[in-house]
Amino acid sequence: MDVTEKIKQQITSHSIVLYMKGTPQFPQCGFSGKSVQMLKACGAQFESVDVLADPEIREGIKRFSNWPTVPQLYVRGEFIGGCDIMTELYQKGELQRIVSGNTVK
Amino acid sequence: MSDRVHAIETRLRQTLRPEAMEVHDESAAHAGHAGAASGGGHFAVTIVAAAFSGQDAVARHRMIYEALADMRQEIHALSIRALAPDEL
Repeated sequence: MDVTEKIKQQITSHSIVLYMKGTPQFPQCGFSGKSVQMLKACGAQFESVDVLADPEIREGIKRFSNWPTVPQLYVRGEFIGGCDIMTELYQKGELQRIVSGNTVK
Repeated sequence: MSDRVHAIETRLRQTLRPEAMEVHDESAAHAGHAGAASGGGHFAVTIVAAAFSGQDAVARHRMIYEALADMRQEIHALSIRALAPDEL
C-alpha cells in the first residue's frame, strides 16, 4: 500500500486523527504537545500517528494535506489545520464542537 | 533585526501586501531542543492583509507557507496569526 492510501485509511478509519511528533504521553515538540492538551481538554478520543516513527508518513502527510508542518489534525477525514488553527478554534469554542461532531458550517 | 526576520517580512510584503505585520524570532526560546538542531529557526508572524478576506484559516496559512516556500530549510517552526483588516 502506498503512503497516500495508508493516510487515507488512517483518516477514514478513525474519526479524529492527530499527526504529531512523538506520542500523547511523550510529545517531542511543543506544538504537538499543545495540540494533545487541547484535544484532551475537549474530551476528545483520538488516534495519534507519530510521524517521527515513520519517515514515509512524515513526508507523505505534508504532501497529502498540502501543509508543510506537523502537527496536523483530521476530523472525519477532513483536514482541520495545525496547532495555531486548533488554538484559534479552541479559544472560540469551535474545536469542542468539531470534535464532538456538532459542527456548525 | 535578524536576516531571517527581514527575509520573511520581505516575502510576505511582496506577496500579500499586508496592512500590518509583525515577525518575531523566537529561536532563542527553543535552542537546544531536537528540532532546533537542524539550524532552522522558530518564528511568529502576526499579519493583517486584505488578501485574507473571505478565506478560511487553512487557506490563509497556506498563502503564507507558499510565500515562504523557498525558506523551508531556514524555518523550523512558524506560528501564524493571519487576520483580515475588518477582524482587528
